[in-house]
Amino acid sequence: MSTHAAELGSNYLTNGFSLKSWLLTKDHKRIAILYMISITFFFILGGLFAFAVRLELLTPAGDLMEADTYNRMFTMHGVVMIFFFLIPSIPAVLGNFLVPLMVGAKDLAFPKINLASWYVYNLAGIITLGAIFMGGVDTGWTFYTPFSTTYSNSYVVLTVVGLFINGFSSIFTGLNFIVTIHRMRAPGLTWFRLPLFIWGHYATSLIIMLGTPVIAITLALLAAERSLHLGIFDPALGGDPILFQHLFWFYSHPAVYIMILPSMGVISEIISAFARQKVFGYHFVAFASIAIAILGFLVWGHHLFVSGQSVYAGLVFSVLSMLVGVPSAVKVFNWTATMFKGSISRETPMLYALGFIGLFTIGGLTGVMLATLGFDVHVHDTYFVVAHFHYIMVGGAIMGYLGGIHFWWPKMTGRLYPEFWSKLSAGLVFIGFNLTFFPQFVLGYLGMPRRYWSYPDEFQVLNVLSTAGATVLGVGYVMPLFYLTYSLAFGRAAGDNPWGAYGLEWETTSPPPTENFHHQPVVTGEAYDYPSLEAKSV
Amino acid sequence: MSDSASMLAHHFDDLDQQREASSLGMWLFLVTEIMFFGVLFCAYLIYRGANFAAFAEASHSLDIGLGAFNTAVLIGSSLTMALAVWSAQVGRRKATVWFLVLTIILGSVFLGVKVIEYSAKFEHHHVPGATFDWHAPYGDPVNQDGAEMFFNLYFAMTGLHAIHMVIGIAILAVLIIPAWQGKFTPEWHNPMECLGLYWHFVDIVWIFLFPLLYLIGRH
Repeated sequence: MSTHAAELGSNYLTNGFSLKSWLLTKDHKRIAILYMISITFFFILGGLFAFAVRLELLTPAGDLMEADTYNRMFTMHGVVMIFFFLIPSIPAVLGNFLVPLMVGAKDLAFPKINLASWYVYNLAGIITLGAIFMGGVDTGWTFYTPFSTTYSNSYVVLTVVGLFINGFSSIFTGLNFIVTIHRMRAPGLTWFRLPLFIWGHYATSLIIMLGTPVIAITLALLAAERSLHLGIFDPALGGDPILFQHLFWFYSHPAVYIMILPSMGVISEIISAFARQKVFGYHFVAFASIAIAILGFLVWGHHLFVSGQSVYAGLVFSVLSMLVGVPSAVKVFNWTATMFKGSISRETPMLYALGFIGLFTIGGLTGVMLATLGFDVHVHDTYFVVAHFHYIMVGGAIMGYLGGIHFWWPKMTGRLYPEFWSKLSAGLVFIGFNLTFFPQFVLGYLGMPRRYWSYPDEFQVLNVLSTAGATVLGVGYVMPLFYLTYSLAFGRAAGDNPWGAYGLEWETTSPPPTENFHHQPVVTGEAYDYPSLEAKSV
Repeated sequence: MSDSASMLAHHFDDLDQQREASSLGMWLFLVTEIMFFGVLFCAYLIYRGANFAAFAEASHSLDIGLGAFNTAVLIGSSLTMALAVWSAQVGRRKATVWFLVLTIILGSVFLGVKVIEYSAKFEHHHVPGATFDWHAPYGDPVNQDGAEMFFNLYFAMTGLHAIHMVIGIAILAVLIIPAWQGKFTPEWHNPMECLGLYWHFVDIVWIFLFPLLYLIGRH
């Protein structure tokens, strides 16, 4: 099969080697690679900030850095990781690469806008980096007013300008996906034959389109308030700081689903491929994505349980927040049912997928706990919350991202990576992750507040465990950088479909040609038809 | 007349698909715009509820005559924009250019009137900030903060709307070139259609801004 690609010669990687052919490309696959490079940079940067935070917390006293420096460290960790890594990671890298391939299109609907989104992302990144190098920002990634508008003496305006601009890259990507999925599907590819990866990205794009403008204008108002003394959020001028929290979480809660829904799409692909089964309850998994997207917009108030909103508002938001657990659980149960009686092979992507299910389940269940009013009041703004959202966002989104990168690496590069090292790193990530964040549940329950740079002595053992775990996790994260780069030069040729997976992207060569397919694909079967694939190969 | 086949981007099957894609894309973009303005409308409604009397008083200081004039101008520009799109669709080159120019003129008149209105606010110290000074023109001395909030929102909302007008006018001006060259044909006129949608959207925002800021609560 791989000789097939060689015969045809040109693929998207060999189609021009100059810098210009990359920087001015309109090929969605090359843009995905460009995004991967930028995003990896921000992931390392955000990880370094996290490591500084964990090092400071190794001892009870604030001995490594000043409280003010510590505030800047965790703020920049949050800002960089959320806005420049977690939100764009899977859509911009895997989604950009795979959405047109999976729907059998030659490219995304608006290739120029797609390229523009990468430039906008980098411009936003440079502005935010500028704020970091000038001294950073100390408000926490949530920018709560009136601290951010009035009292903070850090680079708030520059940072939010960067995030405002970054919003456009998100919107461009989401808009491109929706139009492509609506208008550019291959003949025969009906909505209910679409891979669940596509459903996940469709739901994500809806959230991006409806949510991102809200955070954009909110941050613009914040900047206007700080620089022009517009008083929308300033109580001294008749404004309401709680309004900021409402508007902020109207986007930033759904943003969690922007991170997690594409990841769930990845997991559906991987699990069916390595269990060699149709995804159990395909329609339910697809609709669960849409349900999560819709419900996600109705739950922001659970961030304001202790803000003084009315008990009734708290009650409604509590119930609605628990409801998100239903479609999430539907997915987890359906993945489990997909594996039932499947012939499971434990390749690296599958290890990540299994890790995802475990971590996401813990994150989801603690989410239901936090949605409960009384419990939330007890653990509000403690490490319990920190552990919960890291289980969801890091355990969910990064496991999906890494799983997806490993799964489609042969398609993207035409090379296989060393199996031993990749499995070792997947194991280290899983162990390191749990060692880092599980102790934080206990810490939070015992009452250690988040965002403090020092703590009472009795919390030290758990904090040392957590920092040790972070080190293991860091090693696990860094390893793929080396063996994946190594595989580019020395990896075995992958062939078109090394996993024997089902889906349009596996029917073209690895790496795919610039036009994606040599002939217009026509779809005649349902998604994930592994049983018939098995029957054919016998 | 240019060859319509050359307008087909490489990744689309035919011009119909390309046209549907660009118009869907534009509609989706407008959805994001609704959410963008929606935040300000939402804030306006909340603060109006909280400072009812002050908002009513403050809205009296706006010049209803200029506001009504601008509303008429903007609706007129929507008509000329619609005619420009129609001319492009049927391939009337000169009419397209003229209607684009007319739309630009009407849009500029709107912005000019806005400048007059804004400068009046500066004269009367109705711009929020250190120099803000409010005297209730009709009877009750209402709270200063509430009135200032009204002007906060007035400037945020009409300012954001004006920025959208400026962007719209800039794109109109750019599109005059291909219109002059006769690029738009019955087969291919996507940019004109998309710009038309944008322009009408900006008009509609004003149709909501005008009653909210100028009319309701007036006595």
